[in-house]
Amino acid sequence: MTSRSQKDTPSRRAFLKGAAASVPVVAAASVAQAEGDPLITEVQDWARYTGEGVDEHPYGLPIKFESDVVRRNVEWLTADVISSINFTPIHALEGTITPQGCAFERHHSGAIELKKEDYRLMINGLVDQPLVFSYADLERFPRENHVYFCECAANSGMEWAGAQLNGAQYTHGMIHNMEYTGVSLRSLLEEAGLDAAGDLADKWVYVEGADASSNGRSIPMEKALDDVLVAFKANGEALRMEHGYPVRLVVPGWEGNMWIKWLRRIEVTSQAIESREETSKYTDTLADGTSRKWTWEMDAKSIITSPSPQVPVRHGKGPLVISGMAWSGRGAITRVDVSKDGGKSWETARLAKEGERMALTRFYLDTTWDGEEMFLQARAVDETGYVQPSKDALRDVRGENSVYHNNGIQTWWLKADGELENVEIS
Amino acid sequence: MSKFLKVTAATALSLCIAAPAYAEKLGLGRAALPEEIAAWDKDVSPNGEGLPEGSGDALVGEEVFAEKCASCHGDFAEGVDNWPKLAGGADTLADKDPLKTVGSYWPYLSTTWDYVNRSMPFGDAQTLTNDEVYAIVAYILYSNDLIEDDFVLSKETFLEVEMPNASGFILDDRLTSEAHFVGDACMSDCKDEVKITKHVVFKGDPNSPDDPVSESAGEAAQDAATAEDEAKAEDAPKAEEAAVVEAAALDAELVKAGEKVFKKCKACHQVGEGAKARTGPVLNGVVGAKLGHVENFKYSKTMLSMGEEGVVWNEANLAEFLKKPRSFVSKTKMSFAGLKKEDDIKAVTEYLKSFSE
Repeated sequence: MTSRSQKDTPSRRAFLKGAAASVPVVAAASVAQAEGDPLITEVQDWARYTGEGVDEHPYGLPIKFESDVVRRNVEWLTADVISSINFTPIHALEGTITPQGCAFERHHSGAIELKKEDYRLMINGLVDQPLVFSYADLERFPRENHVYFCECAANSGMEWAGAQLNGAQYTHGMIHNMEYTGVSLRSLLEEAGLDAAGDLADKWVYVEGADASSNGRSIPMEKALDDVLVAFKANGEALRMEHGYPVRLVVPGWEGNMWIKWLRRIEVTSQAIESREETSKYTDTLADGTSRKWTWEMDAKSIITSPSPQVPVRHGKGPLVISGMAWSGRGAITRVDVSKDGGKSWETARLAKEGERMALTRFYLDTTWDGEEMFLQARAVDETGYVQPSKDALRDVRGENSVYHNNGIQTWWLKADGELENVEIS
Repeated sequence: MSKFLKVTAATALSLCIAAPAYAEKLGLGRAALPEEIAAWDKDVSPNGEGLPEGSGDALVGEEVFAEKCASCHGDFAEGVDNWPKLAGGADTLADKDPLKTVGSYWPYLSTTWDYVNRSMPFGDAQTLTNDEVYAIVAYILYSNDLIEDDFVLSKETFLEVEMPNASGFILDDRLTSEAHFVGDACMSDCKDEVKITKHVVFKGDPNSPDDPVSESAGEAAQDAATAEDEAKAEDAPKAEEAAVVEAAALDAELVKAGEKVFKKCKACHQVGEGAKARTGPVLNGVVGAKLGHVENFKYSKTMLSMGEEGVVWNEANLAEFLKKPRSFVSKTKMSFAGLKKEDDIKAVTEYLKSFSE
């Protein structure tokens, strides 16, 4: 059955290789040519022989030509890949929805395999009746669908003291944006009954996962009853193992560490537990040595995804599409500005769609490149009127030791040769 | 009906689209049993609520720590490689590179107890006894000069320990301290000139050993690594000179690749000159040896009996084992999940062969 494979003649293969090696094929195609383009004038293999049958890929992966669009980690960042992070290839993605297969992962004790049949979700603490739900039970609560971004609080954390890593994937890739299907945390809490909790204003829920790290976080009751989702599907299909299959918590707009994966327990408490992940980590140390805690919301932020260091400009002067994404943990993005001169002047970008609350917004600036260097920046504005600050403005308030919540404006230096570099500017 | 109204208020905007309403209980789920709650509800609050019976001091803790924790955190809680340091760092929080440890940073002792109890040791979590947890926590406190060696930690004495940075935290104040970020944004003539003040430190692929910048950027690597919350890179990535015995049959490239893969094993295994047993046995001479060949190491019964039956660590067996340890040696104590890539297995085997002279 391998006879379906392409039957290149040696000469044609050599010719095609030559074509691929010569300067930009895409550019060549738009310029008037003395001879016809053989990709057009000659019958190509794919136009002659048949392709693969429908039984070839019961679950398809991207075509091999896109094999570089993958998550990447940085080896020396952590002690062990089991307790580490990788980055979404945001430089190569478009639109707003992140495919699950390349959405960043962060584990504290590795991604675990937990079957639906073995899944249990306990609600205990200050509730009328402590309950245990099976996966099938969860499917019987009314479902909701929402698109939300999930950003690790440490996204861009390497960049506090200066430009470190050369690529949007590495500087801003600890983020993904998916359409979740699940049930509201509120519905589960009300099923267990909250009369026992009394005044809900000062109550909390403590949520923890089933993996060996048992990552637990405290969430104020007000948020828990507002928009937190107990999700079991993302982008229409089951969650991936690395994102908490079969069930994860979705905490819209708040730092990713709170989105407990493999969610196994929800406890209503009268105080914050002050777990490791909300004291020793995910707290932000200021210049004077004091630290902010409970910094849950993700500030408004944006990033130009292309061009960027991993996506240089190869097409020469003329029309240039600047594409990027923006988001805010405090609501919808209302405007994004783009600067080509390092912030001297700004143009308002075009939003591909009206901003949605706590979800990624795609923006474009359709512009022209004259072949000169540019200092590209994007600046997000959200519905609260918050304007994404410069890195310096942020450091003026927070110093350089915060690690988390770096939402400063990123600068890409587009050089005359079309290459880009992560820089800081005056 | 009142609950329905609450929902409407919270989601007034989306209700007209499709928000479900919850008026009545659905009768889903079942009652959680007391023993089930006891098994899972182990969190400990800052006031000590949730602490179980038991006790331990630093002297006992030192022994337990050496056995269960030191392979990553160091004999003196000083941290090995990129693994977290648990002691030291007093008065460094306002420095350029603060050292955040249990002693210098953690505001509540409950956090340490809770984390050790539920999440440690890494790769063998939730196996410590209550006494062991008390003892380990006492040892960590002792390493930070916070208790004397005769202090017995228990739920009764728990609140006597003063954590130096207990008052070092403020609640999120961004809405006030950063209120100036809300407002009009400048659109033109926002500044006079633009100059590059900092170039990128790692110009190319941050994982590439050939990146000329990364080799001389130790300090930057250190800064960068502080961004990741699991560990602080004290040393820049450096090509450690492995004491590789260059046997003629060895593929030097593969050995080198294997050395890299071996990083995954290093938390528990040492190899080479001066190697000592950690959580796992020393691996010198393992290739070609019988299973369970290191004397006095506490292997699983299965591992020992397979060795007695004459099963040898040849390449095929190693490959099987490294791919999925527990399917080759059932009940092995090695908690590692296995190497997924065949190339990694080949490489690490070659690396181990280089220590088998």
